Amino acid sequence: MSDTHAQSVAYVRDTMLDPKPAPASQSGAIQWLRENLFSGWLNTLLTILGILAIYGFFSHFYAWFLHGVWNANSLAECRQIITTEYGDGATGACWGVIRDRWHQFIFGFYPPELYWRPILTFLLLFAAVGPVLFQWVPRKLIWFTPIYPFLAVWLLWGGSIWGPVLVALGFVLAFVVFNYVARFGTIGGFAAGAIVAILFWLFGVSPLAGVLHAIIPLGIEPVESAKFGGFLLAITLGAGGIAMSLPLGVILALGRQSDMFLIRTFSVIFIEFIRGVPLITLLFVASLLLNYFLPPGTNFDIILRVMILVTMFAAAYIAEVIRGGLAALPRGQYEAADALGLDYWKAQRLIILPQALKISIPGIVSTFIGMFKDTTLVAFVGLFDPLKGIPDFIRADFAWKGIYWEPFIFVGAIFFILNFAMSRYSMYLENRLKRDHR
Amino acid sequence: MTEPHFDANIDRSHMTVSDEVAIQIENMNKWYGQFHVLRDIDLTVQRGERIVIAGPSGSGKSTLIRCINRLEEHQAGKIVVDGIELTNDLKNIDKIRREVGMVFQHFNLFPHLTILENLTLAPIWVRKTPKKEAIETAMHFLEKVKIPEQADKYPGQLSGGQQQRVAIARSLCMKPRIMLFDEPTSALDPEMIKEVLDTMIELAEEGMTMLCVTHEMGFAQAVANRVIFMADGQIVEQNNPHDFFNNPQSERTKQFLSQILGH
Repeated sequence: MSDTHAQSVAYVRDTMLDPKPAPASQSGAIQWLRENLFSGWLNTLLTILGILAIYGFFSHFYAWFLHGVWNANSLAECRQIITTEYGDGATGACWGVIRDRWHQFIFGFYPPELYWRPILTFLLLFAAVGPVLFQWVPRKLIWFTPIYPFLAVWLLWGGSIWGPVLVALGFVLAFVVFNYVARFGTIGGFAAGAIVAILFWLFGVSPLAGVLHAIIPLGIEPVESAKFGGFLLAITLGAGGIAMSLPLGVILALGRQSDMFLIRTFSVIFIEFIRGVPLITLLFVASLLLNYFLPPGTNFDIILRVMILVTMFAAAYIAEVIRGGLAALPRGQYEAADALGLDYWKAQRLIILPQALKISIPGIVSTFIGMFKDTTLVAFVGLFDPLKGIPDFIRADFAWKGIYWEPFIFVGAIFFILNFAMSRYSMYLENRLKRDHR
Repeated sequence: MTEPHFDANIDRSHMTVSDEVAIQIENMNKWYGQFHVLRDIDLTVQRGERIVIAGPSGSGKSTLIRCINRLEEHQAGKIVVDGIELTNDLKNIDKIRREVGMVFQHFNLFPHLTILENLTLAPIWVRKTPKKEAIETAMHFLEKVKIPEQADKYPGQLSGGQQQRVAIARSLCMKPRIMLFDEPTSALDPEMIKEVLDTMIELAEEGMTMLCVTHEMGFAQAVANRVIFMADGQIVEQNNPHDFFNNPQSERTKQFLSQILGH
């Protein structure tokens, strides 16, 4: 057949080639070592130096870890056990402090007979976020998610159930007002809803709660904020801050892109001011300054105050991260949404934000992780965070005076586990939302 | 561009143009900052007309059709679409956008949604069509553009030609009375241009009012009943396709045609 073609054309393929497998891969341990660690004299030298550095590090510390003592009730007892077992001058970790005081690291000064309440709250947290975070959780469970924050507050702080119920009612009220006013304008709806809710919270909640409590006294033993500490405090601040800063950040990011001058200016000033000030400054504002501005006698809970400022701090960062995601979307997405007749809010909700948020996931999760770690800064305003507040308190006890490394390692490990979980979740989410497969 | 993607002998007898006015543009002007992009545009489009707008790049042809559904704002003059005047009134703008479909050069499908979701989104959220009905309509139009089997895929999994056909179907799902095409084939590989043009021809045969910015002169000859040539933000010449291509009047038109058809 090729003969016939050869007369008229210089070259014509008459059989198409089948694909062949790629050459046998050159992987294998030896090959890998040679390529990655010993590919030249410089790399060989660096490899050896690296191994020496790792060896030096471990030889210095392994004894300390190996000699760890759990069964001791004071630092002195701990040292004595190490000396008798490993000889004079031997060093060792004294994990006894964790065994002795773990409950303070976790719960702070929460009354021990009520530990079930934070534990239950923590377990319910998974039920509340499950339907939001994972697809395999039945969507029907989502009804629990909006109830959870109020239930959590009630379980943690205790007291009459009517307070949280009425605060939740404020949100319902705001939603009803919003729905009614939004017919005339979405922004107006937001404003009216917010004003009604704030007025209700300021002037309606406490008298109404008192009346309702007098009629139906339904409550559990109250626990004041001063008793909170350790990871109970860090996770409360972190979870609350995360849950509130994402929506606030989205609103600020959209506000910064808005055509409306006042909204844009407010968003820019808010973001730049909050981002430009150290978090500790804001925490001092929360703990000291706010009291001067609030009417005397108002008891505005310190944890709530700190949580609000931590939220604002994270929201400013998240707004900027999301702005990056918004900027990354091609102009055509906005135009296509417009051309189909979607109004601003529908276009944002259905087209723009799902894509912008997906792009922003790594940045958002970074901000969350950073914020969660920053909750330890509340030590500066006298709260008992797990990294400084609680260990300082434990060291004040004569038995554990002078213990430093062990609490740091323990608390650091727990922070790492929680943050690593967040990081892995963000990667899982990115993969799940990947749509550019070809 | 040199050779048409199909022959020009399409039966046009049933492509009727009614007396009803679909779009009325009077003395319309637009500036980008100090730059005068559109100058004194006057254009009346009858219902059922198929208009091709041609011209060198930067002549304002895309801007013109983007003014019709307010993707661009005009600063002077009057645009009336389907009896509704385009003003700053958001309600009017949304009303017009519901009646005017638009197909873009870069398709602009929503990459995070499946093809079916792309098609049903606007009917459900803007027209408040029940979901079941919206899906039926969507499948009808997907069959019309000959890719019903792709309904559950994502835009990123489709070829350019398929994506553009989905984009056309997405507009049609809103049951528009007017369709705007902004260089619908310019971003496509040559072998995919025909499938998109075929879809557009079918639409023309059904009597859709169409304004199409394109460099496909074969399409203009076959389908258009009017060709508008723009340069420097003005309408320089307009005529029926036969006379436009065979007997251009202005120097600018002759020069443009010789560049686009000449080699």
